[in-house]
Amino acid sequence: MAVALPPVAEDVLPGQHTLLHTLVRWLFISVSLTFLAAILLAPLATVFVMAFAHGIRGYLHSFSDPDTAAAIRLTLLTAAVVVPLNTVFGLAASWAIAKFEFRGKSILITLIDLPLAISPVISGMLFVLLFGLQGWFGGWLREHDIAIVFALPGIMLATMFVTFPYVARELIPLMQQVGNDEEEAAITLGAGGWITFFRVTLPKVRWGLVYGMVLCNARAMGEFGAVSVVSGHIRGLTNTMPLHIEILYNEYNFVGAFAVASLLTLLAVLTLVVKTLVERAGYRRR
Amino acid sequence: MSFRKPSVLPGFGLTLGFTTFFLSAIVLLPLAALVLEAASMHWSDFLHVVLSPRALGSYRLSFGASFLAASINLVFGFIIAWTLVRYEFPGRKVIDALIDMPFALPTAVSGIALTTVFAQNGWIGRYLEPLGIKVAYTWIGVTLALTLISMPFAVRSVQPALLEVQRDLEEAAETLGAGRLYAFRRIILPTVLPALLTGFTLAFARAVGEYGSVIFIAGNLPMKTEITPLLIVIHLEEFDYKGAAALGVVMLVISFVVLLTINLLQAWGRRQHVPEAR
Repeated sequence: MAVALPPVAEDVLPGQHTLLHTLVRWLFISVSLTFLAAILLAPLATVFVMAFAHGIRGYLHSFSDPDTAAAIRLTLLTAAVVVPLNTVFGLAASWAIAKFEFRGKSILITLIDLPLAISPVISGMLFVLLFGLQGWFGGWLREHDIAIVFALPGIMLATMFVTFPYVARELIPLMQQVGNDEEEAAITLGAGGWITFFRVTLPKVRWGLVYGMVLCNARAMGEFGAVSVVSGHIRGLTNTMPLHIEILYNEYNFVGAFAVASLLTLLAVLTLVVKTLVERAGYRRR
Repeated sequence: MSFRKPSVLPGFGLTLGFTTFFLSAIVLLPLAALVLEAASMHWSDFLHVVLSPRALGSYRLSFGASFLAASINLVFGFIIAWTLVRYEFPGRKVIDALIDMPFALPTAVSGIALTTVFAQNGWIGRYLEPLGIKVAYTWIGVTLALTLISMPFAVRSVQPALLEVQRDLEEAAETLGAGRLYAFRRIILPTVLPALLTGFTLAFARAVGEYGSVIFIAGNLPMKTEITPLLIVIHLEEFDYKGAAALGVVMLVISFVVLLTINLLQAWGRRQHVPEAR
């Protein structure tokens, strides 16, 4: 997906520098830019124009709403739990898959990628079916007074499901590509497994790890469909930032909705900046 | 062959055990719950839900708009990828980085922003309104949202393939008297065709499941602007878990067929790039 863009050698052959060439070039560039301006740049600009529609004071005022603050806290908390867990999983999965040859490996890789192919709404529904009131464990959970769906654990589980593959799918091809020679040398020379992992493997794959974690975090903080199904939309309690945007927007509180949206947009921009920097540091995907 | 090849590296049992456990707990067990929930339904009940007029209307919109969005991206994705790969212009690097924006931008943000831009009084909507084109709260809006969120798949699939087109072949063809269009058809198109189709399929797969960006711009009228994922949510809100599960299974089956297609296309693409295999 991420290929660092090489410079263009726009060397045209003699006689090729025709009017047609210039015309096609001009047409392609303008069509591309117009298309992107309409569906991408205009919406991005709108977010900030709407957020600052009542000036900077109106913008800052939106964050004094305690429900908005609660939504921001919940989103940060969810990402703080989900991203580390999926990172540990990604490291374990890539070690098992890239360092060893075993049967059923390709099936395992396919299963890890599975959540990417599933609609977010269905991802959320899975946990309602398991832990909802009429779900498999619904009765048992109610007897023991444990709330999963329409509560924090459900939000975290659904977020974990949709962001599950992100770190693993960056690390698996990268670890396969860098090979095992150095690890084997370290072990042969007497280093323990953990030392080898921290001193040899981790430095080799660090950019891929950062890349995967940043994407995982962006998706975790921005997930809407899956979380919407399990959250129950309780204001100030189970509303994450994207869900809070929906509520504010439907109440015609556009400044409030776009103010929260502006934070998530900045997060997206930051994600792309880190991604670009990581690619510039020499990390290429596949 | 034994279960695994011997290796001097440690940690196989620990990492594979953890991976399998975590995968089963987070992904496989929940998926099994969905399939079993739908399987516990009687056939006639299942068909009653998945073939109801409202469900059929939602498939028509979800799959129709996704197909249209993927087709739009097939064309514009190619044009954008070509522009980025072949032409030098100011802001090229920034535009290239921005292509991934729909990946990073939360869908709820894309949804409310697109709706605002294309509403009757929006920046672009106000110029379309006099032409009789209503975007927000119609199927056109749904298609537009799906086009935005699936755009990166199309561009990013084609871009590497275009980089691989051998410029010397192209130049040789032109030196030998082939016209630009002929060279394009015989040299460029065969190289990028598998990538184009992969991009189309990936974009389609992403669009079919999309929820967040669509519900803001769709208007959500049953039979008209109601997508299948929204219908699932409505069933869940009415505590009709079985109905929701039935529709979920239909969507899952379709996703897997699409996924299979992607794998076959990619295998075809790999064969295309190895001249010896032809």
